Amino acid sequence: MKLAGFLVLVAGWAIVLGAVALFSVSLLRTGFVLAGVGVEALGLVLAVRSHAERRGGPA
Amino acid sequence: MTAPPLLSETAVAVCMASLLFVPLAGAGLALINSGLGRSRNAAHTMMASLCVLAIAAVAYFIAGFAWQGFAGWPAHAVTVAGKSWSWISAGHFFFRGLALNGSPASLAAWFGMLSAGLAALIPLGSGAERWRLRAACASTVLLAGWTYPLFAHWAWGGGWLAQLGANGGLGRGFVDAGGSGVIQVVGGLTALSIAWILGPRRGKYAAGGMPAAIPGHNVVLVLLGCLLALPGWAGLNSAGSLLFLRVEPGRVVLIAVNTTLAAAMGALAAGMTSSRFGKPDASLTANGWISGLVASSAGCALVTPLAAAAIGLVAGGLAALSAEWFELRFAVDDPSGAVSVHAVGGIWGVMAAGFWGRFPAGAMGGSSGQWVAQLVGIATLLGFVFPLTYALNRLLNRFCPYRVEPEGERQGLDLYELGAGAYPEFITHTDDLTLG
Repeated sequence: MKLAGFLVLVAGWAIVLGAVALFSVSLLRTGFVLAGVGVEALGLVLAVRSHAERRGGPA
Repeated sequence: MTAPPLLSETAVAVCMASLLFVPLAGAGLALINSGLGRSRNAAHTMMASLCVLAIAAVAYFIAGFAWQGFAGWPAHAVTVAGKSWSWISAGHFFFRGLALNGSPASLAAWFGMLSAGLAALIPLGSGAERWRLRAACASTVLLAGWTYPLFAHWAWGGGWLAQLGANGGLGRGFVDAGGSGVIQVVGGLTALSIAWILGPRRGKYAAGGMPAAIPGHNVVLVLLGCLLALPGWAGLNSAGSLLFLRVEPGRVVLIAVNTTLAAAMGALAAGMTSSRFGKPDASLTANGWISGLVASSAGCALVTPLAAAAIGLVAGGLAALSAEWFELRFAVDDPSGAVSVHAVGGIWGVMAAGFWGRFPAGAMGGSSGQWVAQLVGIATLLGFVFPLTYALNRLLNRFCPYRVEPEGERQGLDLYELGAGAYPEFITHTDDLTLG
Protein backbone atom coordinates (compact mmCIF):
# COMPACT_ATOMS: atom_id res chain seq x y z
CA MET A 1 0.00 0.00 0.00
CA LYS A 2 2.83 2.39 0.83
CA LEU A 3 4.42 1.58 -2.52
CA ALA A 4 1.12 2.35 -4.23
CA GLY A 5 1.02 5.67 -2.39
CA PHE A 6 4.48 6.57 -3.66
CA LEU A 7 3.56 5.58 -7.21
CA VAL A 8 0.50 7.84 -7.06
CA LEU A 9 2.74 10.66 -5.76
CA VAL A 10 5.05 10.25 -8.76
CA ALA A 11 2.04 10.08 -11.13
CA GLY A 12 0.76 13.39 -9.72
CA TRP A 13 4.16 14.97 -10.29
CA ALA A 14 4.15 13.70 -13.88
CA ILE A 15 0.83 15.49 -14.48
CA VAL A 16 2.33 18.70 -13.09
CA LEU A 17 5.43 18.34 -15.27
CA GLY A 18 3.29 17.68 -18.34
CA ALA A 19 1.16 20.74 -17.63
CA VAL A 20 4.21 23.00 -17.28
CA ALA A 21 6.00 21.68 -20.36
CA LEU A 22 3.12 21.28 -22.79
CA PHE A 23 0.45 23.90 -22.08
CA SER A 24 0.91 27.57 -22.80
CA VAL A 25 -2.65 28.64 -21.99
CA SER A 26 -2.57 29.92 -18.43
CA LEU A 27 -5.96 28.60 -17.27
CA LEU A 28 -5.44 25.12 -18.71
CA ARG A 29 -1.95 24.90 -17.24
CA THR A 30 -3.08 26.04 -13.80
CA GLY A 31 -5.95 23.53 -13.88
CA PHE A 32 -3.64 20.64 -14.69
CA VAL A 33 -1.10 21.74 -12.06
CA LEU A 34 -3.89 21.77 -9.46
CA ALA A 35 -5.10 18.36 -10.68
CA GLY A 36 -1.56 16.97 -10.35
CA VAL A 37 -1.25 18.32 -6.82
CA GLY A 38 -4.64 16.75 -6.02
CA VAL A 39 -3.39 13.37 -7.24
CA GLU A 40 -0.27 13.83 -5.09
CA ALA A 41 -2.47 14.52 -2.08
CA LEU A 42 -4.25 11.20 -2.69
CA GLY A 43 -0.89 9.43 -2.89
CA LEU A 44 0.24 11.03 0.35
CA VAL A 45 -2.95 9.99 2.12
CA LEU A 46 -2.51 6.42 0.86
CA ALA A 47 1.12 6.22 2.04
CA VAL A 48 0.38 7.82 5.43
CA ARG A 49 -2.66 5.57 6.06
CA SER A 50 -0.77 2.42 5.17
CA HIS A 51 1.86 3.33 7.76
CA ALA A 52 -0.72 4.29 10.38
CA GLU A 53 -2.65 1.03 9.95
CA ARG A 54 0.45 -0.87 11.01
CA ARG A 55 0.66 1.49 14.00
CA GLY A 56 4.06 2.69 12.94
CA GLY A 57 5.98 -0.56 12.68
CA PRO A 58 9.34 -0.45 10.88
CA ALA A 59 9.32 -0.54 7.06
CA MET B 1 21.48 30.87 -20.57
CA THR B 2 22.82 34.27 -19.50
CA ALA B 3 25.06 34.73 -16.49
CA PRO B 4 23.52 36.73 -13.62
CA PRO B 5 25.12 40.12 -12.84
CA LEU B 6 28.04 40.29 -10.41
CA LEU B 7 27.47 41.29 -6.80
CA SER B 8 28.65 44.69 -5.61
CA GLU B 9 31.54 44.81 -3.12
CA THR B 10 29.12 45.75 -0.35
CA ALA B 11 26.85 42.82 -1.25
CA VAL B 12 29.82 40.43 -1.17
CA ALA B 13 30.89 41.74 2.25
CA VAL B 14 27.38 41.51 3.69
CA CYS B 15 26.92 38.05 2.22
CA MET B 16 30.20 36.81 3.74
CA ALA B 17 29.32 38.29 7.13
CA SER B 18 25.88 36.67 6.95
CA LEU B 19 27.34 33.27 6.09
CA LEU B 20 29.49 33.39 9.24
CA PHE B 21 26.29 33.26 11.30
CA VAL B 22 24.80 30.21 9.53
CA PRO B 23 26.57 27.55 11.68
CA LEU B 24 24.59 28.92 14.65
CA ALA B 25 21.44 27.52 13.00
CA GLY B 26 23.09 24.09 12.95
CA ALA B 27 24.17 24.45 16.58
CA GLY B 28 20.61 25.40 17.50
CA LEU B 29 19.09 22.37 15.75
CA ALA B 30 21.66 20.04 17.34
CA LEU B 31 20.85 21.36 20.84
CA ILE B 32 17.11 21.07 20.19
CA ASN B 33 17.45 17.47 18.99
CA SER B 34 19.60 16.63 21.98
CA GLY B 35 17.35 18.29 24.55
CA LEU B 36 14.18 16.67 23.19
CA GLY B 37 15.68 13.18 23.54
CA ARG B 38 16.32 11.21 26.71
CA SER B 39 19.55 11.78 28.69
CA ARG B 40 20.96 8.35 27.75
CA ASN B 41 21.13 9.48 24.09
CA ALA B 42 22.30 13.08 24.53
CA ALA B 43 25.99 12.63 23.69
CA HIS B 44 25.10 10.41 20.74
CA THR B 45 22.81 13.07 19.28
CA MET B 46 25.48 15.77 19.56
CA MET B 47 28.16 13.44 18.17
CA ALA B 48 25.87 12.47 15.28
CA SER B 49 25.20 16.17 14.58
CA LEU B 50 28.92 16.91 14.31
CA CYS B 51 29.54 13.84 12.14
CA VAL B 52 26.62 14.70 9.86
CA LEU B 53 27.84 18.29 9.43
CA ALA B 54 31.33 17.01 8.60
CA ILE B 55 30.15 14.39 6.12
CA ALA B 56 27.71 16.78 4.47
CA ALA B 57 30.50 19.32 3.91
CA VAL B 58 32.80 16.68 2.40
CA ALA B 59 30.09 15.05 0.23
CA TYR B 60 29.01 18.46 -1.05
CA PHE B 61 32.64 19.36 -1.79
CA ILE B 62 33.28 16.10 -3.65
CA ALA B 63 30.12 15.86 -5.74
CA GLY B 64 27.28 18.05 -4.46
CA PHE B 65 28.31 21.37 -5.92
CA ALA B 66 29.12 19.72 -9.24
CA TRP B 67 25.47 18.63 -9.52
CA GLN B 68 24.09 21.91 -8.17
CA GLY B 69 26.19 24.40 -10.13
CA PHE B 70 25.31 28.04 -10.39
CA ALA B 71 23.03 30.09 -12.65
CA GLY B 72 24.76 30.76 -15.96
CA TRP B 73 27.09 27.76 -15.68
CA PRO B 74 27.07 24.95 -18.26
CA ALA B 75 24.28 22.46 -17.55
CA HIS B 76 22.58 19.45 -19.10
CA ALA B 77 19.18 20.37 -20.51
CA VAL B 78 16.25 18.72 -22.25
CA THR B 79 14.25 20.49 -24.94
CA VAL B 80 10.46 20.16 -24.77
CA ALA B 81 8.11 22.03 -27.13
CA GLY B 82 10.99 24.20 -28.30
CA LYS B 83 12.06 25.27 -24.82
CA SER B 84 15.26 24.22 -23.11
CA TRP B 85 14.93 23.06 -19.46
CA SER B 86 18.09 22.56 -17.39
CA TRP B 87 17.94 19.48 -15.14
CA ILE B 88 21.49 19.09 -13.79
CA SER B 89 24.68 21.12 -13.75
CA ALA B 90 27.72 20.05 -15.75
CA GLY B 91 30.17 21.29 -13.12
CA HIS B 92 33.35 19.59 -11.95
CA PHE B 93 33.85 17.48 -8.82
CA PHE B 94 36.02 18.75 -5.92
CA PHE B 95 35.22 22.42 -6.71
CA ARG B 96 37.58 22.21 -9.70
CA GLY B 97 37.35 25.26 -11.91
CA LEU B 98 35.74 27.30 -9.13
CA ALA B 99 37.69 30.41 -8.11
CA LEU B 100 37.20 30.81 -4.35
CA ASN B 101 37.60 34.57 -4.47
CA GLY B 102 34.30 36.09 -3.41
CA SER B 103 32.60 35.54 -6.74
CA PRO B 104 28.86 34.77 -6.52
CA ALA B 105 29.52 31.13 -7.48
CA SER B 106 32.12 30.72 -4.74
CA LEU B 107 29.76 32.25 -2.18
CA ALA B 108 27.03 29.87 -3.38
CA ALA B 109 29.44 26.95 -2.86
CA TRP B 110 30.14 28.09 0.71
CA PHE B 111 26.41 28.62 1.30
CA GLY B 112 25.69 25.15 -0.11
CA MET B 113 28.24 23.44 2.14
CA LEU B 114 26.59 24.92 5.21
CA SER B 115 23.00 24.43 4.11
CA ALA B 116 23.53 20.81 3.02
CA GLY B 117 24.70 20.17 6.59
CA LEU B 118 21.65 21.97 7.95
CA ALA B 119 19.34 19.82 5.81
CA ALA B 120 21.15 16.69 6.98
CA LEU B 121 20.68 17.62 10.66
CA ILE B 122 16.89 17.56 10.30
CA PRO B 123 16.42 13.75 9.95
CA LEU B 124 18.55 13.24 13.08
CA GLY B 125 15.61 14.63 15.05
CA SER B 126 13.05 12.16 13.70
CA GLY B 127 15.41 9.18 13.96
CA ALA B 128 16.67 10.07 17.44
CA GLU B 129 17.28 7.35 20.04
CA ARG B 130 17.24 4.46 17.55
CA TRP B 131 19.24 5.45 14.45
CA ARG B 132 22.77 4.02 14.25
CA LEU B 133 25.57 6.57 13.91
CA ARG B 134 27.11 4.93 10.85
CA ALA B 135 23.71 4.65 9.14
CA ALA B 136 23.04 8.34 9.77
CA CYS B 137 26.42 9.14 8.23
CA ALA B 138 25.74 6.96 5.19
CA SER B 139 22.31 8.54 4.70
CA THR B 140 23.94 11.99 4.87
CA VAL B 141 26.17 11.09 1.92
CA LEU B 142 23.03 10.48 -0.16
CA LEU B 143 21.35 13.66 1.00
CA ALA B 144 24.30 16.07 0.71
CA GLY B 145 25.87 14.40 -2.31
CA TRP B 146 22.80 13.88 -4.47
CA THR B 147 19.24 14.67 -3.31
CA TYR B 148 19.87 18.15 -1.91
CA PRO B 149 22.17 19.35 -4.75
CA LEU B 150 19.78 18.10 -7.41
CA PHE B 151 16.84 20.10 -6.05
CA ALA B 152 19.16 23.02 -5.26
CA HIS B 153 20.17 23.09 -8.92
CA TRP B 154 16.54 23.20 -9.99
CA ALA B 155 15.73 26.08 -7.64
CA TRP B 156 19.01 28.00 -7.22
CA GLY B 157 21.38 26.81 -9.94
CA GLY B 158 19.38 28.00 -12.94
CA GLY B 159 17.48 24.72 -13.24
CA TRP B 160 14.01 24.11 -14.63
CA LEU B 161 12.14 25.38 -11.55
CA ALA B 162 14.05 28.67 -11.72
CA GLN B 163 13.28 28.80 -15.45
CA LEU B 164 9.51 28.63 -14.91
CA GLY B 165 9.40 32.43 -15.16
CA ALA B 166 11.41 32.84 -18.38
CA ASN B 167 10.16 29.66 -20.07
CA GLY B 168 6.64 29.40 -18.71
CA GLY B 169 5.64 32.94 -17.81
CA LEU B 170 5.09 31.97 -14.17
CA GLY B 171 6.21 35.07 -12.23
CA ARG B 172 9.95 34.91 -11.55
CA GLY B 173 9.99 31.13 -11.56
CA PHE B 174 10.24 29.15 -8.31
CA VAL B 175 11.46 31.52 -5.59
CA ASP B 176 12.99 30.32 -2.33
CA ALA B 177 15.49 32.87 -1.02
CA GLY B 178 16.60 31.23 2.24
CA GLY B 179 15.67 27.61 1.58
CA SER B 180 12.20 26.90 3.03
CA GLY B 181 11.86 24.32 0.25
CA VAL B 182 15.44 23.56 -0.78
CA ILE B 183 16.82 23.05 2.73
CA GLN B 184 13.88 22.59 5.10
CA VAL B 185 11.34 20.59 3.10
CA VAL B 186 14.06 18.37 1.60
CA GLY B 187 15.34 17.72 5.14
CA GLY B 188 11.81 17.36 6.55
CA LEU B 189 10.70 14.81 3.95
CA THR B 190 13.92 12.86 4.54
CA ALA B 191 13.06 12.98 8.24
CA LEU B 192 9.64 11.43 7.50
CA SER B 193 11.29 8.73 5.38
CA ILE B 194 13.71 7.92 8.22
CA ALA B 195 10.91 7.80 10.82
CA TRP B 196 8.93 5.42 8.59
CA ILE B 197 11.91 3.17 7.90
CA LEU B 198 13.01 2.99 11.54
CA GLY B 199 9.57 2.62 13.08
CA PRO B 200 8.76 3.99 16.55
CA ARG B 201 10.93 3.77 19.63
CA ARG B 202 10.38 0.80 21.94
CA GLY B 203 7.51 1.56 24.27
CA LYS B 204 6.19 4.49 22.24
CA TYR B 205 2.95 2.81 21.13
CA ALA B 206 0.98 0.45 23.34
CA ALA B 207 -0.75 -2.63 21.91
CA GLY B 208 -3.94 -0.60 21.32
CA GLY B 209 -1.97 2.02 19.37
CA MET B 210 -2.10 4.71 22.06
CA PRO B 211 1.18 6.69 22.13
CA ALA B 212 3.10 7.15 25.38
CA ALA B 213 4.62 10.52 26.20
CA ILE B 214 8.44 10.31 26.26
CA PRO B 215 9.52 13.78 27.44
CA GLY B 216 12.86 15.30 26.48
CA HIS B 217 15.55 15.40 29.13
CA ASN B 218 16.56 19.06 29.01
CA VAL B 219 14.23 21.82 27.94
CA VAL B 220 16.90 24.43 28.73
CA LEU B 221 19.04 23.06 25.89
CA VAL B 222 15.99 23.19 23.61
CA LEU B 223 15.26 26.84 24.36
CA LEU B 224 18.94 27.81 24.12
CA GLY B 225 18.93 26.11 20.72
CA CYS B 226 16.03 28.32 19.67
CA LEU B 227 17.92 31.46 20.67
CA LEU B 228 21.02 30.36 18.74
CA ALA B 229 18.94 29.47 15.70
CA LEU B 230 17.65 33.05 15.27
CA PRO B 231 20.95 34.72 14.22
CA GLY B 232 21.76 31.58 12.21
CA TRP B 233 18.54 31.86 10.25
CA ALA B 234 18.93 35.62 9.80
CA GLY B 235 22.32 34.90 8.23
CA LEU B 236 20.92 32.11 6.09
CA ASN B 237 18.04 34.24 4.82
CA SER B 238 20.25 37.28 4.17
CA ALA B 239 22.94 35.35 2.30
CA GLY B 240 20.37 33.42 0.25
CA SER B 241 18.49 36.58 -0.72
CA LEU B 242 21.69 38.35 -1.78
CA LEU B 243 22.90 35.36 -3.79
CA PHE B 244 19.77 33.99 -5.38
CA LEU B 245 17.39 36.98 -5.52
CA ARG B 246 20.10 39.62 -5.97
CA VAL B 247 18.44 42.04 -3.57
CA GLU B 248 20.38 45.17 -2.60
CA PRO B 249 22.43 44.88 0.65
CA GLY B 250 20.23 47.38 2.50
CA ARG B 251 17.37 44.90 2.32
CA VAL B 252 19.17 42.77 4.93
CA VAL B 253 17.48 44.91 7.60
CA LEU B 254 14.03 43.97 6.27
CA ILE B 255 15.12 40.32 6.12
CA ALA B 256 16.32 40.34 9.75
CA VAL B 257 13.12 42.04 10.92
CA ASN B 258 10.95 39.57 8.99
CA THR B 259 12.91 36.57 10.29
CA THR B 260 12.59 37.75 13.90
CA LEU B 261 8.89 38.53 13.56
CA ALA B 262 8.11 35.16 12.00
CA ALA B 263 9.95 33.32 14.78
CA ALA B 264 8.26 35.40 17.47
CA MET B 265 4.76 34.88 16.08
CA GLY B 266 5.47 31.19 15.52
CA ALA B 267 6.45 30.73 19.17
CA LEU B 268 3.42 32.67 20.43
CA ALA B 269 1.03 30.75 18.17
CA ALA B 270 2.43 27.37 19.20
CA GLY B 271 2.47 28.39 22.86
CA MET B 272 -1.17 29.47 22.70
CA THR B 273 -2.20 26.37 20.72
CA SER B 274 -0.55 24.10 23.28
CA SER B 275 -2.12 26.07 26.14
CA ARG B 276 -5.45 24.44 25.40
CA PHE B 277 -4.26 21.61 27.65
CA GLY B 278 -3.99 24.07 30.54
CA LYS B 279 -0.38 25.25 30.40
CA PRO B 280 1.89 26.20 27.50
CA ASP B 281 4.16 23.39 26.40
CA ALA B 282 7.82 24.46 26.23
CA SER B 283 8.86 21.95 23.56
CA LEU B 284 5.90 22.80 21.31
CA THR B 285 6.60 26.52 21.78
CA ALA B 286 10.20 25.88 20.73
CA ASN B 287 8.92 23.99 17.70
CA GLY B 288 6.71 26.97 16.85
CA TRP B 289 9.71 29.31 17.03
CA ILE B 290 11.73 27.11 14.64
CA SER B 291 8.73 26.60 12.38
CA GLY B 292 8.34 30.39 12.11
CA LEU B 293 12.01 30.62 11.11
CA VAL B 294 11.60 27.82 8.58
CA ALA B 295 8.55 29.44 6.98
CA SER B 296 10.18 32.88 6.91
CA SER B 297 13.01 31.75 4.65
CA ALA B 298 11.35 31.54 1.23
CA GLY B 299 9.94 35.07 1.07
CA CYS B 300 12.03 36.85 3.72
CA ALA B 301 13.22 39.57 1.33
CA LEU B 302 9.94 39.95 -0.54
CA VAL B 303 7.19 40.29 2.06
CA THR B 304 6.20 43.11 4.40
CA PRO B 305 6.76 42.73 8.16
CA LEU B 306 3.01 42.31 8.61
CA ALA B 307 2.97 39.43 6.13
CA ALA B 308 6.04 37.90 7.83
CA ALA B 309 4.19 38.01 11.16
CA ALA B 310 1.19 36.28 9.57
CA ILE B 311 3.47 33.65 8.01
CA GLY B 312 5.03 32.94 11.41
CA LEU B 313 1.63 32.84 13.14
CA VAL B 314 0.27 30.19 10.77
CA ALA B 315 3.56 28.24 10.82
CA GLY B 316 3.56 28.09 14.64
CA GLY B 317 -0.05 26.91 14.80
CA LEU B 318 0.58 24.33 12.08
CA ALA B 319 3.68 23.02 13.89
CA ALA B 320 1.82 22.47 17.15
CA LEU B 321 -1.24 20.86 15.55
CA SER B 322 0.57 18.72 12.99
CA ALA B 323 3.00 17.36 15.61
CA GLU B 324 -0.07 16.01 17.40
CA TRP B 325 -1.56 14.56 14.19
CA PHE B 326 1.66 12.84 13.21
CA GLU B 327 1.99 11.21 16.65
CA LEU B 328 -1.65 10.33 17.36
CA ARG B 329 -3.25 9.72 13.98
CA PHE B 330 -0.40 8.86 11.64
CA ALA B 331 1.69 6.79 14.10
CA VAL B 332 4.90 8.63 13.23
CA ASP B 333 7.32 8.69 16.17
CA ASP B 334 9.25 11.90 15.59
CA PRO B 335 10.92 12.82 18.92
CA SER B 336 11.85 16.37 17.89
CA GLY B 337 8.89 17.19 15.66
CA ALA B 338 11.19 17.51 12.63
CA VAL B 339 8.52 16.60 10.10
CA SER B 340 6.00 19.11 11.43
CA VAL B 341 8.50 21.91 11.84
CA HIS B 342 10.58 21.54 8.69
CA ALA B 343 8.35 19.79 6.11
CA VAL B 344 4.98 21.31 7.03
CA GLY B 345 6.42 24.72 7.97
CA GLY B 346 8.60 24.79 4.86
CA ILE B 347 5.74 23.97 2.50
CA TRP B 348 3.68 26.73 4.06
CA GLY B 349 6.60 29.19 3.73
CA VAL B 350 7.06 28.40 0.04
CA MET B 351 3.36 28.93 -0.70
CA ALA B 352 3.20 32.10 1.41
CA ALA B 353 6.08 33.59 -0.61
CA GLY B 354 4.00 33.03 -3.73
CA PHE B 355 0.93 34.72 -2.26
CA TRP B 356 2.53 37.69 -0.49
CA GLY B 357 5.91 38.15 -2.17
CA ARG B 358 6.37 41.46 -3.99
CA PHE B 359 9.48 41.89 -6.12
CA PRO B 360 11.54 45.10 -5.93
CA ALA B 361 10.90 47.63 -8.68
CA GLY B 362 13.02 46.94 -11.75
CA ALA B 363 13.33 43.21 -11.06
CA MET B 364 12.88 40.84 -13.97
CA GLY B 365 9.38 39.44 -14.45
CA GLY B 366 6.31 40.13 -12.37
CA SER B 367 4.36 38.39 -9.64
CA SER B 368 1.70 37.07 -12.02
CA GLY B 369 1.50 33.28 -11.77
CA GLN B 370 4.07 33.24 -8.97
CA TRP B 371 1.86 31.08 -6.76
CA VAL B 372 1.61 28.49 -9.57
CA ALA B 373 5.43 28.40 -9.79
CA GLN B 374 5.60 27.87 -6.03
CA LEU B 375 2.98 25.10 -6.29
CA VAL B 376 5.03 23.37 -9.00
CA GLY B 377 8.02 23.48 -6.62
CA ILE B 378 5.99 21.90 -3.82
CA ALA B 379 4.61 19.27 -6.20
CA THR B 380 8.21 18.43 -7.13
CA LEU B 381 9.23 18.10 -3.50
CA LEU B 382 6.30 15.78 -2.73
CA GLY B 383 6.14 13.89 -6.01
CA PHE B 384 9.84 13.50 -6.77
CA VAL B 385 12.11 14.31 -3.82
CA PHE B 386 10.04 12.42 -1.24
CA PRO B 387 9.79 9.11 -3.20
CA LEU B 388 13.45 9.45 -4.18
CA THR B 389 14.73 9.99 -0.66
CA TYR B 390 12.49 7.22 0.72
CA ALA B 391 13.64 4.73 -1.94
CA LEU B 392 17.33 5.59 -1.52
CA ASN B 393 17.19 5.27 2.26
CA ARG B 394 15.15 2.05 2.08
CA LEU B 395 17.78 0.61 -0.24
CA LEU B 396 20.63 1.75 2.00
CA ASN B 397 18.85 0.19 4.98
CA ARG B 398 19.29 -3.23 3.33
CA PHE B 399 23.08 -2.89 3.24
CA CYS B 400 23.65 -0.80 6.35
CA PRO B 401 20.85 -1.54 8.87
CA TYR B 402 19.46 1.70 10.24
CA ARG B 403 17.93 0.56 13.47
CA VAL B 404 20.00 -0.23 16.53
CA GLU B 405 19.46 -3.59 18.32
CA PRO B 406 16.85 -3.66 21.13
CA GLU B 407 19.66 -3.90 23.67
CA GLY B 408 21.20 -0.69 22.34
CA GLU B 409 17.90 1.12 22.57
CA ARG B 410 17.31 -0.13 26.10
CA GLN B 411 20.80 0.81 27.23
CA GLY B 412 20.85 4.14 25.42
CA LEU B 413 22.93 5.00 22.38
CA ASP B 414 25.53 6.89 24.43
CA LEU B 415 26.81 3.77 26.14
CA TYR B 416 25.97 1.36 23.33
CA GLU B 417 27.57 3.21 20.43
CA LEU B 418 29.97 5.64 22.08
CA GLY B 419 30.91 3.82 25.26
CA ALA B 420 30.34 6.83 27.50
CA GLY B 421 27.34 8.83 28.63
CA ALA B 422 26.77 12.57 28.38
CA TYR B 423 26.22 12.87 32.13
CA PRO B 424 28.44 10.24 33.80
CA GLU B 425 27.74 11.42 37.35
CA PHE B 426 23.97 10.88 36.95
CA ILE B 427 22.43 7.91 38.75
CA THR B 428 20.67 5.57 36.32
CA HIS B 429 17.20 4.65 37.54
CA THR B 430 16.10 1.09 37.06
CA ASP B 431 12.72 2.10 35.62
CA ASP B 432 14.62 4.02 32.95
CA LEU B 433 16.27 0.78 31.90
CA THR B 434 13.11 -1.30 31.81
CA LEU B 435 10.92 1.01 29.71
CA GLY B 436 9.49 -0.90 26.81
